[in-house]
Amino acid sequence: MNMEIAVISGKGGTGKSFVSAAFATIPERVVLSDCDVDAANLYLIFSPKINFEQIYIAGQKAEIDYNKCTNCGYCVNFCRFDAISTKANKVVINETLCDGCHLCARICPENAITMLNNDKSRMYAGTFRNGQMVYGRLAPGEENSGKLVSMIREKAKTEIIKGKYDIHIIDGPQGIGCAAISSITGVDRVVIVTEPTLSGIHDLKRTVELASKFDLNTWVIINKFDLNTSMSLKIENYCKENNISFAGKIPFDKQVVEAMMNCKSIIEYQPKSDVSKIIIEIFDKISLVHNKK
Amino acid sequence: MRIAIASGKGGTGKTFFSTNLFYVLDKKGHKVTLTDCDAEEPNSNLFFNGKPSKQIDVTQINPVIDLKKCNYCGKCSEWCNYNAIFFLSEQKVINVLDDLCHGCGACFEACKFEAINEKEVSLGRISFIDINENSRIIESRTKVGAYTPVPLIKRAIKESGNQGIILFDAPPGTSCPFIHTVDNADYIILITEPTPFGLSDLKQSIEILKDLNKHFGVVINRAEKGYRDIQKYLQVNKIPLLLEIPFSRDIAKQYSQGEIYAKTDINFGDTLYKTVNIIINEYGNSSN
Repeated sequence: MNMEIAVISGKGGTGKSFVSAAFATIPERVVLSDCDVDAANLYLIFSPKINFEQIYIAGQKAEIDYNKCTNCGYCVNFCRFDAISTKANKVVINETLCDGCHLCARICPENAITMLNNDKSRMYAGTFRNGQMVYGRLAPGEENSGKLVSMIREKAKTEIIKGKYDIHIIDGPQGIGCAAISSITGVDRVVIVTEPTLSGIHDLKRTVELASKFDLNTWVIINKFDLNTSMSLKIENYCKENNISFAGKIPFDKQVVEAMMNCKSIIEYQPKSDVSKIIIEIFDKISLVHNKK
Repeated sequence: MRIAIASGKGGTGKTFFSTNLFYVLDKKGHKVTLTDCDAEEPNSNLFFNGKPSKQIDVTQINPVIDLKKCNYCGKCSEWCNYNAIFFLSEQKVINVLDDLCHGCGACFEACKFEAINEKEVSLGRISFIDINENSRIIESRTKVGAYTPVPLIKRAIKESGNQGIILFDAPPGTSCPFIHTVDNADYIILITEPTPFGLSDLKQSIEILKDLNKHFGVVINRAEKGYRDIQKYLQVNKIPLLLEIPFSRDIAKQYSQGEIYAKTDINFGDTLYKTVNIIINEYGNSSN
């Protein structure tokens, strides 16, 4: 049937990874991509056997060769990221502020600046108990996470073809930045996991706005809906008014956290629980609509 | 003093903690600024509902190519490190892809034909919200679809100044936006939750703070009796455990409605105040 579901959430901690883990253990075989590259966590649940590792170059950083630098300060005014300054007559580059644009290295009259690759980030692929898994780890402080997400999805694509997989689950990042954009572009459905809080609604609206830029089949799940039923109702109404498909609502259940502590998805940990039943219903609903299309 | 409230993992209670702390410090007569650095999803002001007294548009300068002057040499495209200038030499096609541009200005320097003009592009805005004559919220908010929150965070921090106590509600994760925020703080309070996910992300955040030589401590939110791995980890690594906040449906409910829990639970407010007072007394004069 071929289906690609990206699970995202504007707000963090709404239960996005718990939903992705459940989705990844409902069908028989799946490819699972953990695109939450800033805080990849699904490998903790699924302990994949890694058989592939690749360096990801997350941009560059400028470095001064002080044997060549005459401390003329010519580069200082060119940097639009305020990363170069003169301290005690010495030109210095602030590594955190440097955006890696290369301009200082190009204009330096002494050719004293070189660009170094940020090469500490990695992409991994391997097998887990329900199929193939691909994930990335962005090294601390590095940017361009959207490109790492694209690289993960490329790798996932080859795994799907190679292993003749039908279902691809993408666990996206929180937020609405470049990694979220890369996680949802071109997928055939997006699931936004939200929670019944004022912050949850606020972030949901911004996430819906992002998804609408890409004209995707968008679904909303409310997690822990019973923590505030009137707020949940507001979210359901918001979905109705804005023609967003409402996938379902999941109650708060301590077994969800227990499952995580036992390194299992809720489907594996308590397949007969209400939460599992509801998630399976949601999954079927989302898959079914596609078949009719 | 500048205190950042941060967490590797999202949804651990950063905003809950910083808004309550802001409320308590203000009540105790401190001059407080709460700067919301979670520019992709800023939520702090939802709890105070203040009206902005001033707003600043944060922009970057993107190129606009004047095709009448362009010589189609392609040097601007070559100098662009972000692939934001699409160039086909034979077909004489040249296009700026605004979504990819970081506004570094390299193309302006590359062009020898004065064929590139400047265009201001909005990345988002900073709002100043006065809660009373003493305390205010500064909110950074990206435009939906913006490639990075960093310029907004930088500006919001700059606008925060260094009067009184400044709280930064940090963006989640451990990439650039997080580092920009914590690097500007004198002390960092890391909020975590008692799950393997929480611990994994906490370790990652701690490694960075150690690299940056920062003072920090940990708060465990929604603490449970069952899972003790975080306490063990902190003990072994001699990291201060500042506070454990037990899981409570009451807290969750009030938070969900956009209410400040410390308003109704005076004891909780006092506990927060004591916790932060120790930090202020110990690290308040170390810099600035």
